[in-house]
Amino acid sequence: MSTIVSIQNLCKTYDSGHQALKNINLDIKAGEIIALLGPNGAGKTTLISTICGIVTPTSGTVTVGGFDNIKQYRKTRSMIGLVPQELTLGAFEQVANTLAFSRGLFGKKPNPDYIEKLLKQLSLWDKKDSPLMRLSGGMKRRVLIGKALSHQPDILFLDEPTAGVDVELRKDMWHLVSELRESGVTIILTTHYIEEAEEIADRVGVINNGELLLVEEKTDLMQKLGSKELSIELRQAITTIPDSLSNYDLRLSADGTRLIYSYDVKSERTGITKLLQLINSAGLQLKDLHTSQSSLEEIFVNLVQQDKKPVEKAS
Amino acid sequence: MNWQAISVIYKSEMLRTRNTLLQSIASPVISTCLYFVVFGSAIGSRIQTVGDIDGQGGVSYGVFIVPGLMMLSLLTQSISNASFGIYFPKFTGTIYEILSAPISFLEVIIGFVGAAATKSLIIGTIILITASFFVDLKIAHPLWMLSFFILTCVTFSLFGFIIGMWADNFEKLQLIPLLVITPLVFLGGSFYTIDMLPPLWQKISLLNPVLYLISGFRWSFFEISDVNHATSLLMVLAFLFICLGIVWWMFRSGYKLRQ
Ligand SMILES: Nc1ncnc2c1ncn2[C@@H]1O[C@H](COP(=O)(O)OP(=O)(O)OP(=O)(O)O)[C@@H](O)[C@H]1O
Ligand SMILES: [Mg+2]
Repeated sequence: MSTIVSIQNLCKTYDSGHQALKNINLDIKAGEIIALLGPNGAGKTTLISTICGIVTPTSGTVTVGGFDNIKQYRKTRSMIGLVPQELTLGAFEQVANTLAFSRGLFGKKPNPDYIEKLLKQLSLWDKKDSPLMRLSGGMKRRVLIGKALSHQPDILFLDEPTAGVDVELRKDMWHLVSELRESGVTIILTTHYIEEAEEIADRVGVINNGELLLVEEKTDLMQKLGSKELSIELRQAITTIPDSLSNYDLRLSADGTRLIYSYDVKSERTGITKLLQLINSAGLQLKDLHTSQSSLEEIFVNLVQQDKKPVEKAS
Repeated sequence: MNWQAISVIYKSEMLRTRNTLLQSIASPVISTCLYFVVFGSAIGSRIQTVGDIDGQGGVSYGVFIVPGLMMLSLLTQSISNASFGIYFPKFTGTIYEILSAPISFLEVIIGFVGAAATKSLIIGTIILITASFFVDLKIAHPLWMLSFFILTCVTFSLFGFIIGMWADNFEKLQLIPLLVITPLVFLGGSFYTIDMLPPLWQKISLLNPVLYLISGFRWSFFEISDVNHATSLLMVLAFLFICLGIVWWMFRSGYKLRQ
């Protein structure tokens, strides 16, 4: 896949002196969905805003479709649609008009048919003449998505699209996102919710403190960092782990009916077969077995905490 | 040029006027009528004619105040419309869309300032029509009148745009129109010629840029002026270029728009 957005050595220090981005390097591939994960204040919005041209970088470059996003801003910006984090909308404008306005801003000729299609897709058609101030929060969110899509962008930025959105609408939104992806749109979204990234992203980037800690294929990431746990349920409770099993990293549950074995999914031999044999020969009877994998959430918390330690020392 | 963008900004700004039609159009009409009742009829009937002192040929007071009244409204309306037009998206945050759109600063200005100037032109015309119901108006130099009319609307809309860019709260937005423009207009001979003033105040009045504007505009109606009309035109042009200079600098520095 070809690179559509290329970010090189990007730094941003706000006038306040706060360094919000520290030497970010990232290539986004055409047609992928990439999720940027990070806690509050990590720099996600700053990164997106810099690519879209709302924030001027202190140093570094961003190219979109091969064009520099400052020198050739007309080319780069017309490729991009942005759904901002905040519900920033006017008050008196009508829904359909505000979409037409956005389309015009991006230099596209009016196309009422497309706007109609878009409004229907976003279940906003019956609200097309309502003034924006009379919409609910979820509807406003959809209007913002509509505005971002009004000029048929190649790249869509969704800055925390599911904040304040109910389950139903979230489902609709993911449906829309996968439709967009099928039509070839590249999607970059930020989120605090790991499940979200896990559910729809192809790649996941973790940002903390202005640094991009890692970017990985979602499946690789979970394999690489995730350890699996095998939980072995016993028919009879035991008080101590038999000596014959001392080579394994085993834990005994409090009630003594479960042995928990943690192993690394990366290693070629997990030793599970041998372990089960040993358990048998120690005279323990198995009731059930199941495995669980650590979620992205745990991976994420681990990463961010590792990252915090040196910072605390420095400050 | 992104003409689509200019056109949608212009149209949405004009639409905003339609949504606040009463405030935008009715209030200048009402205030003009009030000025006519108070100054034109009540006080004006006690004043004989104005402007015949140095043989320029006087007109009745009611007629005399028409250009000043128009200027008063044009200046305040241009500034408030243009400053509000750009301040409001900054305030609500919707400016993000303009900042992320493939549109240059020049196009943004043409859209916003163009709409504000158009509104002022409409308001000025309405005042002129309203006034013609009260008094008999003749325009001696229509082309000059139109030039002053349009130049004033554009220049002060541009000035309003600058204020709207500069302001980061509502107080600042009101500050300049209230503290600077209104006094300058009132003291700039909206309701009198400066030769009605004591000599010292005549000299001081000549430092007021708005005086030149009102004087030139009035000359185009009745050939009554405090200063030469060509000087007036030069002053308006000078102010226009100062505003353009400031705007150009704002554009170069990304002033208060992009962090
Ligand atoms: N205009 C600004 N001036 C100064 N500092 C800013 C500005 N905008 C953001 N910051 C700071 O930059 C840092 C990154 O902010 P940013 O909004 O990018 O975080 P984020 O990852 O989007 O957070 P959240 O998840 O809360 O949206 C924060 O510490 C914030 O305080
Ligand atoms: Mg954010």
